[in-house]
Amino acid sequence: MENKDVVIIGGGPAGLAAALELYKKGIHDIIILERENHLGGILRQCIHDGFGLSRFGKSLSGPEYAQAFIDEIEKNHIPYLTNATVLELTNDKQIYAMTREGLKLYQAKAVVLAMGCRERSRGALGIPGERPSGVFTAGTAQAYMNLYNRMPAKEVVILGSGDIGMIMARRLTLEGAHVQAVFEIMPHPSGLPRNIIQCLEDYDIPLYLSHTVTDIHGDSRLTGVTISQVDEHLKPIPGTEKEYTCDTLILSVGLIPDNLLSTDAGVTLDPHTKGAYVDEHFQTNIPGVFAAGNVLHVHDLVDFVSLEAEALADSAASYIRDGALPPCSLPIKTGNGVGHAIPQRISGTKDFKLSLRVRSHYRDCRILLRQNGEVIATKKMKKAIPAEMIQFTVKSEAIQEHGELEVSVE
Amino acid sequence: MKEAYDVIVIGAGVVGSAIARELSRYQLKTAVLEKNLDVCNETSGRNSAVVHGGFAYDEGTLKARFCVAGNQMMEQLSSELDFPFIRCGKVLVGNTDEDMKQLERTMAQGAKNGATGLELIDEERLHQLVPAVVGKFAMWSKTSGILDPFLFTVGLAENAHANGVSFFFDHQVTGISREPAGSDSSDFHYILHTAHGDFRTRWVVNAAGLGCKAISDMLGITGYRVVGSKGNYIILKKQMGALLPMPVYPVPSNTYMGIHVTPTVDGNVTVGPDADLVDDFSYYGVPQKNMDALAESASNLWPHIHKEDQIRNFSGILPKWVDENGVIQDFKIEVKDDIAPRAVNLVGIESPGLTGAVPIAQYAVGLIKEREALEENPDFNPIRKGITRFAACTREEQAKLIAENPDYSDIICQCEEITRAEILAAIHNPLGVSTMTGIKYRTRAMMGGCQSGFCQMKIEQLLEQELGKSETEICYSRKGSWILSGKLREEPSV
Repeated sequence: MENKDVVIIGGGPAGLAAALELYKKGIHDIIILERENHLGGILRQCIHDGFGLSRFGKSLSGPEYAQAFIDEIEKNHIPYLTNATVLELTNDKQIYAMTREGLKLYQAKAVVLAMGCRERSRGALGIPGERPSGVFTAGTAQAYMNLYNRMPAKEVVILGSGDIGMIMARRLTLEGAHVQAVFEIMPHPSGLPRNIIQCLEDYDIPLYLSHTVTDIHGDSRLTGVTISQVDEHLKPIPGTEKEYTCDTLILSVGLIPDNLLSTDAGVTLDPHTKGAYVDEHFQTNIPGVFAAGNVLHVHDLVDFVSLEAEALADSAASYIRDGALPPCSLPIKTGNGVGHAIPQRISGTKDFKLSLRVRSHYRDCRILLRQNGEVIATKKMKKAIPAEMIQFTVKSEAIQEHGELEVSVE
Repeated sequence: MKEAYDVIVIGAGVVGSAIARELSRYQLKTAVLEKNLDVCNETSGRNSAVVHGGFAYDEGTLKARFCVAGNQMMEQLSSELDFPFIRCGKVLVGNTDEDMKQLERTMAQGAKNGATGLELIDEERLHQLVPAVVGKFAMWSKTSGILDPFLFTVGLAENAHANGVSFFFDHQVTGISREPAGSDSSDFHYILHTAHGDFRTRWVVNAAGLGCKAISDMLGITGYRVVGSKGNYIILKKQMGALLPMPVYPVPSNTYMGIHVTPTVDGNVTVGPDADLVDDFSYYGVPQKNMDALAESASNLWPHIHKEDQIRNFSGILPKWVDENGVIQDFKIEVKDDIAPRAVNLVGIESPGLTGAVPIAQYAVGLIKEREALEENPDFNPIRKGITRFAACTREEQAKLIAENPDYSDIICQCEEITRAEILAAIHNPLGVSTMTGIKYRTRAMMGGCQSGFCQMKIEQLLEQELGKSETEICYSRKGSWILSGKLREEPSV
């Protein structure tokens, strides 16, 4: 067994940023465990640009954004292992990892959960119909194309207007496939406005809102899909079915934080985020186990993943030094119009950053944070949409010693 | 013309594979022709995977006899063929007086059939066995169990292959004719026609499952009426099995077991099946209304069925032999010496065909033995070793595996912790199957929560590299189920 101050599970943007920041804070006894054969996580297959605008003030591709961190990791000789899959995390912070050198066991003082997220699959959605080949999640199609040089499609229909789906609409078009349309079950797009323009409108790919796939055809390769309009309860409207002939259905229907390891260790999850319940230190219910990035809640931009992981590193460094962090006993609940909020518990004794997502589209709205019925923080917004994460800092002076907080949109 | 065989089995489902294995105990040149690209692609791989107790069938039927016999030999088969089998028992849960009467009838029927370990239990005992179940009383069948239907079939087929049987995939029999044999004008060989050429054989075994009527007609044995009973299923994620120690069934009718919840040997839970009568035996689509109804119906038995825990759905079709009134008949296993001599004809092999596969096979081979002296194969070895499953090993065993074979340290499928060593063993399977589902059934890779999102590319690459195939040749499951249409850019040759 090896002892480590911090074991970081996952070498994607969250894990890399956490490692670098911990290192800067003087915590050098670190190991990053990355299951793939490269650091960088899912950024490696995101060869489009648009990364780093907040963080670096310029537009980078995914691999470039990752490389900026990897270079720093290498320069500082921060230890990492690739091809290292964590098999088990225990509630006393022991980590079993499968590595090229065999099975390793670490005892960590602190653990950083940075496993990212995975895509919702067809089965999880419960799309009816046959099971031919040719139904891919957007990320799987992206990996085939950008990491493996393999073309998975000719005639394409895309379900879901998530960002990866729209980016794949453009990517597939550029590589010679014909993308017929993108269908979104919600009455509003789920991805970022800039992707609607740059990936769909610029390529004359229609986006149909309030539509979904209601049947899948083909007993070998996909031969077509049935598309139906949905009503306000998202139920397909009989009589609106339309057949599309295609050999490929790309699914971009949501991301789920990848918390298999966390739950086995006893980390409690928030049913809204599907990530851990954390306090303002990004600490889970297990002291010394921290989570940030897409394993905590799905972000819209990687820049915010990096920033969140750096904030986590701050707290984790304090935890290593002091052996504990100030208790956080004030819960934050979600109220009207808010899908989820991070953190779910705060101390009330220091400023904290609140991250949230709204459930639907709002114009000229205010995000309100109340405690004991009293408004203690407000953020005015011209526009709030589910696709964009909203963040603002709450000052400690406004927070009372007792009483739960509630965030809502009005 | 291909080589001449003593026996050709049509169909590599669980029954065809079991028959092949039984035949390999004798000095016979045997082949199996399968229209799909792998074993158990139809009914054998699309069911509840329950080893039945034998109480649900009328006394004196082959179904009752083979079910009880198959149940009793399952430990031995599991150890010989190295497939997962758990004798977990099962409960049939009732609430009303009518339910109780039906369960009493089922108990009595079970006793006549020779099914053992049946007990009526009260609500308290029921809740000790399955804490969350909804019901007032139950019949507990202690001998019922669950198995891995893929690995059971793969085990039978691989063992048959190791003992000399040839398997031909993508070989659909399109017609059967007869050719005179030798000087005796009454003697003949069967010629089985396929798109890849003709096969000559003295004996034919029709184990075509859903295709049993078509093959029976080709043999000249006409008049059978076979209907399809299609059942849809939902699969719940792996963690749910911990809440369900054994299958929970409603009180059955005589012909239908009812929608039930069943743990799998790997810890998933299946919900289903319903039973729709179908004519199209190739359509496996799962309709929305069926999925909704399944979840609702099964929730009356067991309250842990939630949409967010669903990872997949599937369906299977049972071939049922029915009379002119549509009444379901027993298994038919026959040799019609007058119409089609030396042809073993199996019709309507539905449930409990999985439980009873080996007794069915023994009976079918017995029909040959009654007509012809068979020489034992002195080299027959009943033992087949499967792929060592890394995730099922203790940490010590895992360390040992890695020391012996470093490929065990490279995890390809993260959800199910399937290693490169296991994938490679599956790619180089003895039967020469090269589909993605072939790897899936043999290893569980791609069966986890991400449903192949992270690992299918790696498995596809390994198939290309290990088998020297191009990306356009790799199929998902059936013929024509291509995954990739080509490369984006030319790759420099290595």
